[in-house]
Amino acid sequence: MTIQLHFADLLGYGGLILQGIGLTVLLTAAAVAGGLALGVLGALGRRSRRAPVRILAGAYVELIRNTPFIVQLFFVFFGLPRLGLRLGNVEAALLAMIVNLGGYATEIVRAGLDGVGRGLWEAGASLGLSRWRTLRLVVLVPALEKVYPSLTGQFVIIMLGSSVVSQIAVRDLTFAGSFIQSRTFLSFETYLMVGAIYLLLAILLRRLSDRLARRLFRHRQAAA
Amino acid sequence: MTGFTTWDILRNLLLAARWTVALSLIAFLGGFLLGAGLLLLRLSGRGWARRATGLYVQLFQGTPLLIQLFLCFFGLALVGLDLPPLAAAAVALTLYASAFLSEIWRGAVEGVPRGQWEAARALALSWPQQLRLVVLPQALRVAIAPTVGFLVQVVKGTALASVIGFVELTKAGSIIVNATFDSARTYGFVALLYFALCYPIALAAAALERRLARPGH
Repeated sequence: MTIQLHFADLLGYGGLILQGIGLTVLLTAAAVAGGLALGVLGALGRRSRRAPVRILAGAYVELIRNTPFIVQLFFVFFGLPRLGLRLGNVEAALLAMIVNLGGYATEIVRAGLDGVGRGLWEAGASLGLSRWRTLRLVVLVPALEKVYPSLTGQFVIIMLGSSVVSQIAVRDLTFAGSFIQSRTFLSFETYLMVGAIYLLLAILLRRLSDRLARRLFRHRQAAA
Repeated sequence: MTGFTTWDILRNLLLAARWTVALSLIAFLGGFLLGAGLLLLRLSGRGWARRATGLYVQLFQGTPLLIQLFLCFFGLALVGLDLPPLAAAAVALTLYASAFLSEIWRGAVEGVPRGQWEAARALALSWPQQLRLVVLPQALRVAIAPTVGFLVQVVKGTALASVIGFVELTKAGSIIVNATFDSARTYGFVALLYFALCYPIALAAAALERRLARPGH
């Protein structure tokens, strides 16, 4: 038996694939920005002096980490309208991605904050800075520096996980693949190509994160 | 919609959850065996084996599980195997789990100091003996918590089998929503059932990690 693969027939769909890549990249970038911010807030919640805040932040983390992303997505897109919040599919996808990444980022950022020690907080306080300004100006960068490889890994995971948003008809890279295979019936070739593109995006995202980290943490490395 | 009480929804979800558990066990067991084989290949010290297993791991860690599922589903059909969605999902999740587990274990084995290998060799143990009697028992201590923790990823990963039409917990939820439009409650229950499956595993992994981190243990 011979298996013939017909990649040439996919050439006509380049535009569609590019659009899909564009939306996947855009969603990932927005989710990274939103998820990281939410993660910092969540980490502060986990370290709060008020017990209810700690418990709430902990419950959020465990709920996110112990349920599948696709179920979170379906709850946001199909479930929330029943509770009065109607979102478009792209908005729902973005919200689900931010909330998901926020949960994982909370634990990672918390580990970073735990790792910097009390000295930096006390230094900020002794300069007369408020807790918020101490966090922003003194503590946050060294805390993130400690954990940025874990954060980068989580960014890649959310990018790959975003392929699931195709299931609510968001026209991302996977959706483009599904559309092409429904037209050409070349399912295997199509998904092989789509998989290769994701792999490339994952490698690029990791490189970009590393470069960004080097720039962000440069002043510290010079000092060390 | 009438006719579907809360208990009806929950009961149907619980019945479907058995398939989530079954698929998770198949994938974890398959991934365990295949992952062990990959680990041996990787440790064998042959250059090509190390490169090939490294590439394998990178392929599965660098692409979406959903795409891996599609490729298994359509790829198996391409080679003439007309398999039910359960089989395609089991194959995909097994390959996925094997890549991640072998990588976790490789890290654990590499964490064992080189001196341990050398000491074992100095005792004239053969390579399999060095591995089995000296290195693996030490690596196991480090590996067990993340291995248990990865089971959570497998359980969550089975949710994607719903996309290729396998009726497990997530798919059952979608079917019920299509019939009742009771989406918030149904997906809420689905999420809670996954939580009920995964959280105890996560707690066990954390407890193992704490216990092994204690000195003198």
